Amino acid sequence: MRHIISILLENESGALSRVVGLFSQRGYNIETLNVAPTDDPTLSRLTLTTRGDDRVVEQITKQLNKLIEVVKLVDLSEGDHIERDLMLIKVKATGGMRAEVKRCVDIFRGQIVDLTNSIYTIQLVGTSQKLDAFLAAVSDAQILEVARSGVSGISRGEKILSL
Amino acid sequence: MDYLSGAEMVVRLLQDEGVEYIYGYPGGAALHIYDALFRQDRVKHVLVRHEQAATHMADGYARASGKPGVVLVTSGPGATNTITGIATAFTDSIPMVVLSAQVATQLIGEDAFQETDMMGISRPVVKHNFSIRRPEDIPVVLKKAFYIASTGRPGPVVVDIPKDMTAPDQKYPYTHPKEVRLRSYTPVVRGHAGQIRKAADLLLQAEKPVIYSGGGVILGGASSLLTELVRLLGYPCTNTLMGLGAYPGTDPQFLGMLGMHGSYEANMAMHHADLILAVGARFDDRVTNNTAKFCPDAKIIHIDVDPASISKTVRADVPIVGPVDSVLRELLALLRDSDGPAQPAALKSWWAQIDEWRKRHGGRYRTDDSKLMKPQEVIEALYRVSRGDAYVTSDVGQHQMFAAQYYKFDRPNRWINSGGLGTMGFGFPAAMGIKLNYPDELVVCVTGEGSIQMNIQELSTCLQYSIPVKILNLNNQSLGMVRQWQDMNYQSRHSHSYLESLPDFVKLAEAYGHVGVRVESRDELVPALEKALALEDRLVFLDVHVDPEEHVYPMQVAQQSMCDMWLSKTERT
Repeated sequence: MRHIISILLENESGALSRVVGLFSQRGYNIETLNVAPTDDPTLSRLTLTTRGDDRVVEQITKQLNKLIEVVKLVDLSEGDHIERDLMLIKVKATGGMRAEVKRCVDIFRGQIVDLTNSIYTIQLVGTSQKLDAFLAAVSDAQILEVARSGVSGISRGEKILSL
Repeated sequence: MDYLSGAEMVVRLLQDEGVEYIYGYPGGAALHIYDALFRQDRVKHVLVRHEQAATHMADGYARASGKPGVVLVTSGPGATNTITGIATAFTDSIPMVVLSAQVATQLIGEDAFQETDMMGISRPVVKHNFSIRRPEDIPVVLKKAFYIASTGRPGPVVVDIPKDMTAPDQKYPYTHPKEVRLRSYTPVVRGHAGQIRKAADLLLQAEKPVIYSGGGVILGGASSLLTELVRLLGYPCTNTLMGLGAYPGTDPQFLGMLGMHGSYEANMAMHHADLILAVGARFDDRVTNNTAKFCPDAKIIHIDVDPASISKTVRADVPIVGPVDSVLRELLALLRDSDGPAQPAALKSWWAQIDEWRKRHGGRYRTDDSKLMKPQEVIEALYRVSRGDAYVTSDVGQHQMFAAQYYKFDRPNRWINSGGLGTMGFGFPAAMGIKLNYPDELVVCVTGEGSIQMNIQELSTCLQYSIPVKILNLNNQSLGMVRQWQDMNYQSRHSHSYLESLPDFVKLAEAYGHVGVRVESRDELVPALEKALALEDRLVFLDVHVDPEEHVYPMQVAQQSMCDMWLSKTERT
């Protein structure tokens, strides 16, 4: 099963490598990884998605918690949550495809954020599933480049991940 | 307030932490610190001949004393040479602080002379590591290093110190931090009361219980509490390789070691148990054999300070996260207030069954078919001559298993071996670290001709600092455990397990200024051991020739249950 683990991490050099190292060291898999500072300059928030059965994910969270620089963590997929992945994508847009791609972008509520005579640069935000669906929808057009941020997420309602 | 340079702060903090010995090797990036060491006499430095040995010395001391051992090395190769020793300590949860010098800050990342990324290289094998960024941080960071190394589940901590952080001409105000706090590191101080209650109820209802304890009981200083609990309940107790000595080895309730080379009765009892109380143990693969077939009828109570050790390989029915001493104390209080075990008749027949197993196979070896000495009888002779009261370190291989099986440890912190990582070359420097700190105690390194050569250079250190350990070399002229596996699994194709061109160990010991004695026949053995022990202030190297054909038994059959064992070359359960 897919899990979204969100971590408050000491904003110190080397902290990220401990998290990433743990995954390779113990044979766990990282599907996406997203990390940036928070409103508290001493803390970074790192969100990663991984797959595994309950036992594996339990081990992952326990091992992460043992890292000295991991301050707090939550498995967002255990409860209601909001998740977003941001994708920038360059698509060849000439001839008939120019209108076709534009229609797709509108349907998926994306934005064309830059263009040339032959290329659209599109921004799309949503769940990973939605981004995957968009990539499938425009697969007739020539996709030139894809940049995705990786999943970021937050719990719904009162639940808060903070110190 | 004192104004000190970074180098002086390093040394002063070690003094203030009560560190008596550090083990290390100087080099360019560490020279400011070495100069500060020279200008004081409270912290004594032991110059090893290879940095790996420094870590094992610190480790041996830590295992015997429960306090963190301290290592000081230079950058680059000095740092990388410590990795095996750090990993050894990490796998067995041994408190250790390793100070590794680093090239100056402005050179980092430029592939400077003797630069290596110690933070990156050590990361997977440390509990934590720090890099010093500002000289004034040295006292707090070092204090944190000691705190992290020695609390919770202990482990090694590396502090990487760039040379410019220790410059002698820049002084900073120094105070010894009394305590440090880390918001992201708060070791648990007691177990969950409800879980402990559940454990007590299960224990009292058990019909076929086994208490299985590991190195965590020794690290947690809970041996006497464990002993009290086992005796109060009257249940059988088995120890892991790391846990030997936590429960008295000569006690009738003791079943011996369990696992791959565990005793027949310990493995049989585990497999047939209806309740297992695991204390400070981690269900390692060398204990459980195939986890899918592990103890099919047993409910499992698991006490450990590290939540990640619980339900990692074998699911616990009653997990209790907490320090073993406080949990055992609470458990004992509940058991004392109870009416005692509720199934006396079942327990009686359980003990009868165990005694049956004990009779059927006590893991005996045979001496009648061989003129050559058996390694087991050498260990038994050592046990008798030393009256069971030595600190025994070992290297890794057959001799290690024989020592674990045949030397009965009645006290904790006496059996010192690399159980988790299995580091050949560990035993001799570990013995040195112990002897240095416990000069009046008998310290014996049980080793083999393979392992001893992995840190043989330390004979020189022993001469320099007068460290009179005893080395008992079980010389079978082959890498015995490798050879055993090749005998059992590779039709005796002894691929690279035969050590040709062995040195004359007696001459070698003498070349380093020590006493060497060769023992080739049975009647020489006890007199040689007695002579070695009588020479209290000399290092004695006993080169004992033993039967190379001997195997370690019992041996669990791979991928099977606890109770599937080879009991001899021909006999299987």
